[in-house]
Amino acid sequence: MKTIAVSTKINGDAVDFVCAPDESLLDVLRNRLGMTGTKEGCGTGDCGACSVTLNGRLVCSCLVLGAEAEGAEVGTVEGMAEGGTLTVLQQAFIDHAALQCGICTPGILVAAKALLDQNPDPTDEELRFWLAGNLCRCTGYDKIIRAVQSAAAQMRSA
Amino acid sequence: MALDNQPKREFKVVGTRPPRPDGVDKVTGRAQYGADVSAPGMLVAKILRSPHAHAEILSIDTSAAEALAGVKAVVTSRDFGAVGDTIIDIGEDSSPLADIRDNCLARGKVLYDGHAVAAVAAVSAEVAKAALKLIKVDYRVLPHVTDVDAAMKPGAPVVLSGRVEETVQRGKSENVTHYCEFGHGDLESGFAAADLVVERSFTTAATHQGYIEPHACLASMTADGKADLWCCTQGQYNVRSVCAEILGMEASQLRVTASEIGGGFGGKTSIFIEPVALALSRKAGRPVKLVMTRDEVFKATGPTVSTSMDVKIGMTKDGRITAASSHLRYSGGAFPNATVDMGAQAAFAAYDLKAVRTFGWNALTNRPKESAYRAPGAPQAIYAVESVIDELCQKLNLDPLEVRLKNAAKKGTRSSYGPTFDDIGLIATLEAAKAHPHLKAPLGPNQGRGISAGFWFNFGGNTCVTLNINTDGTVSVTEGNPDIGGSRASIGMMAAEELGVPFEKVRTIVADTASLGHNDITDGSRVTFAVGLATIKAARDAIQKMCRRAAAIWGIDEEAVEWVDGAARPSGPNAGQFPPLTLAEIAAVSFQTGGPIAGHHEFNADGAGVSFGVHIADVEVDPDTGATKVLRYTVFQDAGKAVHPDYVEGQMQGGAVQGIGWALNEEYIYGADGRLQNAGFLDYRIPVASDLPMIDAVILEIPNPGHPYGVRGVGETGIVPPLAALSNAVSRAAGVRLNRLPMSPPRVLEAILSKG
Amino acid sequence: MRYARPTSAAEASALLAGETGVTRILAGGTDVLVQMKAGMVEPDLVVDIKAIPGIREIVAEAGGFRVGAAVAGAELKAHAGLRAMWPGVVEAANLIGSTQVQGRCSMAGNLCNASPAADSVPALVAADAVARVHGPGGVRDVAVLAIPAGPGKTTLAKGEFITSIFLPARPANASDAYLRFIPRTEMDIAVASAGVSLVLDGAGKVASARVALGAVAPTVRLVEAAAAAIVGTKLDEAALTALAAAASAACSPIDDKRGTVQFRTHVAGVLARRAAIIALNRAGGMK
Repeated sequence: MKTIAVSTKINGDAVDFVCAPDESLLDVLRNRLGMTGTKEGCGTGDCGACSVTLNGRLVCSCLVLGAEAEGAEVGTVEGMAEGGTLTVLQQAFIDHAALQCGICTPGILVAAKALLDQNPDPTDEELRFWLAGNLCRCTGYDKIIRAVQSAAAQMRSA
Repeated sequence: MALDNQPKREFKVVGTRPPRPDGVDKVTGRAQYGADVSAPGMLVAKILRSPHAHAEILSIDTSAAEALAGVKAVVTSRDFGAVGDTIIDIGEDSSPLADIRDNCLARGKVLYDGHAVAAVAAVSAEVAKAALKLIKVDYRVLPHVTDVDAAMKPGAPVVLSGRVEETVQRGKSENVTHYCEFGHGDLESGFAAADLVVERSFTTAATHQGYIEPHACLASMTADGKADLWCCTQGQYNVRSVCAEILGMEASQLRVTASEIGGGFGGKTSIFIEPVALALSRKAGRPVKLVMTRDEVFKATGPTVSTSMDVKIGMTKDGRITAASSHLRYSGGAFPNATVDMGAQAAFAAYDLKAVRTFGWNALTNRPKESAYRAPGAPQAIYAVESVIDELCQKLNLDPLEVRLKNAAKKGTRSSYGPTFDDIGLIATLEAAKAHPHLKAPLGPNQGRGISAGFWFNFGGNTCVTLNINTDGTVSVTEGNPDIGGSRASIGMMAAEELGVPFEKVRTIVADTASLGHNDITDGSRVTFAVGLATIKAARDAIQKMCRRAAAIWGIDEEAVEWVDGAARPSGPNAGQFPPLTLAEIAAVSFQTGGPIAGHHEFNADGAGVSFGVHIADVEVDPDTGATKVLRYTVFQDAGKAVHPDYVEGQMQGGAVQGIGWALNEEYIYGADGRLQNAGFLDYRIPVASDLPMIDAVILEIPNPGHPYGVRGVGETGIVPPLAALSNAVSRAAGVRLNRLPMSPPRVLEAILSKG
Repeated sequence: MRYARPTSAAEASALLAGETGVTRILAGGTDVLVQMKAGMVEPDLVVDIKAIPGIREIVAEAGGFRVGAAVAGAELKAHAGLRAMWPGVVEAANLIGSTQVQGRCSMAGNLCNASPAADSVPALVAADAVARVHGPGGVRDVAVLAIPAGPGKTTLAKGEFITSIFLPARPANASDAYLRFIPRTEMDIAVASAGVSLVLDGAGKVASARVALGAVAPTVRLVEAAAAAIVGTKLDEAALTALAAAASAACSPIDDKRGTVQFRTHVAGVLARRAAIIALNRAGGMK
């Protein structure tokens, strides 16, 4: 099939790419742009490993067509750290051992950041329900919740 | 190598919580997993899979697919070689190599829904998908069987012929391939001595490890027959052995590099796609990337066994178990396996019993070939045993924890599976549970509390470690086991501890197969134990060499030098008055004193210590819907010595939550057509964040005499207790006892409604 | 596959009507892309409607609200006015999928995907919502109840698509609620569900009601007998029991990997009761 030319912004940078009409944004990020930080765990919106932000909203990139990125702003895990400096949230994950294998971590970081951007002081329950779409099989979620709450507290007092 | 008991060791690094070395890469998305690498000229591969649960392959016509523009190779089982009778030892199980090969690409018959039949490599995913549609497979559909009890009946459709072992009694279907028996004592008089005997039957559905990363690999074979393989695996050396044999190449010509791994839990000890990718790459002469879809992962990798079990236990009215027996019928899918041996051995391992017997069978079914999932075989059998013990406690009005304590195995107990226990931590974990505030927390209406003990053997295995002392005073540790739970940090910590240098000076890497000697797969909770042990020995080897260098520098006898706090020094005032030489100082002049310094160790480790655990679960059951909410959960487990406590807790919490999912919602659902109905995360329901409370983890440390720091494996035991802990809790909360897993809401509601 | 992004409803209708192959509408994509990935559909033409003016907006109209067909669940949640007037509809729409899915999914898409278990549909039916349909023949308004024709099928003709859903104004002392049963706490398809909308009279009794059930029949069920059981009452125990019984009696579910006939039938009654109580409390009654 004929490819579509798309102009978009990823992590603040202007990016142009071509993609097939049925390629997902996830396919584009990983296979066309070499941005493999966003992961495919299921391809059907059930696991959240492919989480990105699209015009500021948390979405599964496997459920967005590459073509839909035209004129939009996409945020991925690669855009979180400022240069060589980890964000408070990223550092908190390391400090609290909130990752084991790490495959779900990019998606969870993007999702957690999206929550804290709109609600800087969530309850544990709000946080757990917000993250329900991000599956983790290694940690049982306990240390993830602690890490996000620790980061949130740090960010509130900054 | 015995525990360092004299003098009592004060650890400086072990037991602290430094940041893990791969942390930054993983929180920035830089870490490279199986599907994250590409190569110039790379082709995309896709696999054609059987839509039938059981069928003869009459013919496969790949000509149209091969002719499609953009297709560079098509393979079937014809492209795999003869492999003779080789048995592959995968640590916790062994498998004939022919079975592994035929599971990768079906030979003669397809044995389960999703069994791979052919594969293509093409210039794009689009072309590969189109090519699959052009492959014509002529099937003769055969009757199928997916239930273990049905598979054992004479007259059941036979999955594979000629695989029955000698020890299996006559009169059962040819699907029954394996039999085992363990135990000791006189059951009849044991049961006669009981005040109450409870006999129950249980069934558990197959479950899947549910790792979030699907299997993925990149295979690159060149015209001179050398190959490089990048894959997510728990054992790159095992991948090398298996693939080399199947492809008919020498192991040294195949270099396997393990990527970062997105979860394994035992499921990535098995090999599914790598030989296929290599065969495609050989034919196409180009690198081939093969990534499984989630649907393929559920259908065609290695779930657990499904089971049907009977357990009979006799108890006196003051809580002493007088006799115990179990009959375990396991099915590990379409190829023979002996996981039931481990279930049979583990079933009563927590108890000191005079009369105990376990009988086990494996039966073939038209389901995917089973792989390990943390403590393979044990969760199911122990679920049944711990449920019956709980029922006895309810009926005799006894405290469940006191009854465990009364019958607990300890040092000197002759275990139910044979060996006599050395120092073990069961009583300590039970006592810790007894003293914990969780047990005293009040329960409200429709709420119930369940406890369960659990056990896993843990393993040692073949291990190599090399430890290089760099001239700048840093240390490089090269080991061969993929890091599935934070082991790089623990291994670096043990090296730092032994050498007496700060953790930050040590860098641990996981080597490819060409760079280090053989390492058994990452399984059996063996890495912190066995690789740690090898690391300690390698460090001591390096220390000995550094002492030798210091002795030469000082001109004194080698025996007169000792290593203390990261430096060599004369061992007594008579040896000489020299200030200590630090590791960095010795390293800096190493080129002038004889050359680069390294320590290494290669061995087959034994002395792994068993690990016991106890879990307490509180649940609330909605009597109108059968929904179960987990309110509170505490895990107690003996780690021997927790090298990095954060990651020990992580193993305990992760295993517990997997067990919770297994108990409440996870199951393989087969239709009457023998096809898997829920091959995705939508309907294969693993726990999500909002399903769970915090998981409190209490680490006990009863040192393992077989390791210098006392380390025991911890990765597997955690999945064992939750099944019965949840079942006992739900049974008490709902007022009805369930004996089937998972306890999904429709089953719980049905039990409540039939009770009336 | 081709991808089109029309900038008017007329253009979209023309594209859909003129295509001989398989077409799919793309709003949030949370059903279409899943079905494409699973190989259940291979569209020849995907029509992205998000560039059509108004299709992503919520507009006050005649005392109620007109919700554009591509408004995402997260946007519904953020709309205080809509949430206050139709809390049941919004909470139902907000139960579709994860936070990520909520960033994209739309009620119109949920309705037109026509799963018997669609979360927004029972609440929309209880609300007596109306879909505005654009087609080659012009524009028509259709009760949401009349859109689903069977699992995966709607009554829309070729070339037709929904551009908005209208939620009518509410009198005082009226409210709604939606509950569903899922085995986990999130991420599951409803096994049974109930949407209840009530209007109370000056004495706090139910003056009128609509009770709709999901996942217990091939399409959503509006159960008049269940509504009749509570009209004129303050939801005393006898009324609630009759409500639950009427709800269960209206079920004709299947056994499948998510639930049994027995389970769905029983739980539909339980959920109808619980949703009615929530709606009553929201409407200012006391229970």
